[in-house]
Amino acid sequence: MEPVIQVHDLVKVYSLGEVEVQALRGVSLSVDRGEFAAIMGASGSGKSTFMNILGFLDQPTSGQYLLDGINGEHLSRDELAEIRNQKIGFVFQGFNLLSRTSAEENVELPLVYGAVPTSKRREMARNALSQVGLEGRSHHHPSQLSGGEQQRVAIARALVNQPSILLADEPTGNLDSKTSIEIMGIFQRLNREMGITIIMITHEPDIAAFAKRNIVFRDGRIVDDHHSSARTATEAEGGRE
Amino acid sequence: MTRLVACLRIALRALMVNKMRSALTMLGIIIGVGAVIAMIAVGSGAKKRIAEQIASMGSNLLVVMSGSSTSGGLRFGSGTVPTLTADDAKAIQTEILAVKYVAPNLGGVAQVVFGNQNWSTIISGTTPEILEIRDWPLSSGRSFTQQDVDGTTKVCLLGKTVVENLFGGIDPVGQIIRIKNVPFVVLGVLAPKGQSTWGQDQDDLIIVPLTTSQKRLFGMQFPGMVKQIAVQAREPEVMNEVESQITELLRQRHHIQPKQENDFSVRNLTEILSTAEQSASVMSLLLGAIASISLIVGGIGIMNIMLVSVTERTREIGIRIAVGAKGRDILLQFLIESLVLSLIGGMIGIGLGVAGTIVLATFTQWPVLFSIEAILLAFLFSGSVGVFFGFYPARKASLLNPIEALRYE
Repeated sequence: MEPVIQVHDLVKVYSLGEVEVQALRGVSLSVDRGEFAAIMGASGSGKSTFMNILGFLDQPTSGQYLLDGINGEHLSRDELAEIRNQKIGFVFQGFNLLSRTSAEENVELPLVYGAVPTSKRREMARNALSQVGLEGRSHHHPSQLSGGEQQRVAIARALVNQPSILLADEPTGNLDSKTSIEIMGIFQRLNREMGITIIMITHEPDIAAFAKRNIVFRDGRIVDDHHSSARTATEAEGGRE
Repeated sequence: MTRLVACLRIALRALMVNKMRSALTMLGIIIGVGAVIAMIAVGSGAKKRIAEQIASMGSNLLVVMSGSSTSGGLRFGSGTVPTLTADDAKAIQTEILAVKYVAPNLGGVAQVVFGNQNWSTIISGTTPEILEIRDWPLSSGRSFTQQDVDGTTKVCLLGKTVVENLFGGIDPVGQIIRIKNVPFVVLGVLAPKGQSTWGQDQDDLIIVPLTTSQKRLFGMQFPGMVKQIAVQAREPEVMNEVESQITELLRQRHHIQPKQENDFSVRNLTEILSTAEQSASVMSLLLGAIASISLIVGGIGIMNIMLVSVTERTREIGIRIAVGAKGRDILLQFLIESLVLSLIGGMIGIGLGVAGTIVLATFTQWPVLFSIEAILLAFLFSGSVGVFFGFYPARKASLLNPIEALRYE
C-alpha cells in the first residue's frame, strides 16, 4: 500500500533580512497508513517547520512532499485550504479553540468550511465528541472546560472530517502529566481502533514513548528513526499509582 | 449557500459579543444616514414649495409693466405713467404667434362693502384669460366672459379672503357688493391659492372685467389704459423670443426712436422663480453633501473598528484558515460584519432621520418632503459604505499567514 506521507529531500530556508536560516536541510521520510509517529527534537531542530509543511500551512523551499499522492507545490492558497480541510486534522499545544463558541460548534468548524449541510454537521460533531468521551459537554464553552477537556474538543475537531492524518503539535505541552497520559490514551485508541495515522511533535521522551515510531530531528535533519514497542496509557497510569 | 449562512451566523455572533462597540460603530452610520435623510427632506421640501409657487403664479409668464416717469428730477416707479393700453394687449395677442394668452390689468386698492361689512382689498380689472394664465379655477359660481368685458358689466369674482371677511357664512354667489360705491354682482369665488413667494395673500383680491375697472373704478382720466399686461407664452423655450418680440412690437406701437428708452418694461417672473428653484437645488445638494460627509466619517469608524477587530481576532482567523477556511470565507465573514453594522445603522438612521425631520418640520414650519428614492438611496449608500470601508480590513484578514496568526498572542 502507498504511504500516506512521502517526503523527499525537503529543504526549507527562511531569509531573515540578510541572514538565511536553514530550518530543514534535506529531510526524507515516509509514513504508512495507520502509523503513530512521534517527532522529537530540541527547539530549533526544524520539527515545527517540518510539521507546518506536512500540514500544508507552509511550502518547502525545495524537495517533494506528497500527502495521499497529492503534491502541494503548485497549489493556490485556497486549494491548500481545501486539502487541509479534507485530509488533515490539527491539534495544537494551546488547543486553539474559538472562545465564546460551544464545544460542538468548535468541532463543526471544519465542516462549515467543507460545506457540509447543517443537519449532518451536528450529527458528525456529536459523533466526534463521543469518540473523545465528551458526549455530555457539547454545549459547554471552552472557558467552562478543563485543559484536558479542551484538548479533547480540539482532537474531536481534528477528527470530525475523517482526515488522512492527524497532526499534533506538542498536544500535551500545556497539560499536567496525568491529563497528558489521558490524551495519549485517546491517541492510542484512535490509532488502534480506527486506524488513524497520527504524527505528533513532542520534546518529552515519556510522551514520545506512547508512539510506535520515534523520529528525532537535530539541526534540520532526521538523526534517528526507529520503531519501538509503545507503552500504553493504562500501563502509565498503573505505574504512576 | 450553507457557507454564506454560516458566515452570516459567525458575523452576527461576533457583533453580539461586542455589543457596546457595535452600537458605537453603528452610531456613526446612524447619524450619517439620519442627516442625509433629514437634509434631503428639507431640501426637496423647499424645492417643492417653490415649484408650487411657480405653478400658482402661472407658468411661462411674462409681465409687461407700463413705464416709469420722471417729473422734476423725481423718478417714479414702473406703472406710474399710463403708457400701455388694452390695444397693446390685443396687438400682442394677435401679432405674436408664440403667445397663448394675454390678460391686461388695471386695478388698485378700494374699499368694498357688503351689508354692514366692509373690507379694503385689491381690485384687478382684467379679462377672463387671467384665470387660464394663472391656472386659477373657481371654487363656486362661474367666471365672467369676453361679453362682460365688451359690455362693461358690473360683475366680479372674489378671492377666498374677501369672501371670509365680507360674507361670514353666507354664499356670496349672486349677492351684490359695492366697490367704490358701484354695485357689482358676485359671479363666482376663486379657489384658494395661498401665499405667494413674497408672503403676499394671493386670495385677498377681487377680479372685475377690465373695461368696468377702466370706466367705473380706476381709469377715468386715461381711457383704454392698463397698468400691466400678463402674457403667457406657449412653451418655456420661447420665453426669451416672446420677450424680445413684445419689446419690438411695443416700441413700434409707441413710436419709440432707436436711441430712446422703453416706456415699458417686460419681466420674466418664471425666470426669477426658476433662479430661486435652482438655488434651492444647490442648497439641498450642499446639505446632502455635508450630510454625506458625516456618513463617510461613519464609514471610517467602521473601518477603524474592523481593523481593531481583525487584529484582536488574528488567532481566531489563524484557526479558521488552518481548518480549511478559504480566503473568501474570511473575507466574507468580515465583510458581512461591516455590512450588517452599516445596514442596521442605516435602517435605524432612516427611522431617526424621518422622525427628526418631522419634529423639525412641526417646530419650524419648514416644508419637508420625503421620497422613497432618497430613503432607498441613503440605505444603499450606507450599505456601500459598509462594503467599501469593510473591504480593506476583511481583505487584510483573509490574507493572514496561518502560521503567524496561530502564534499571535
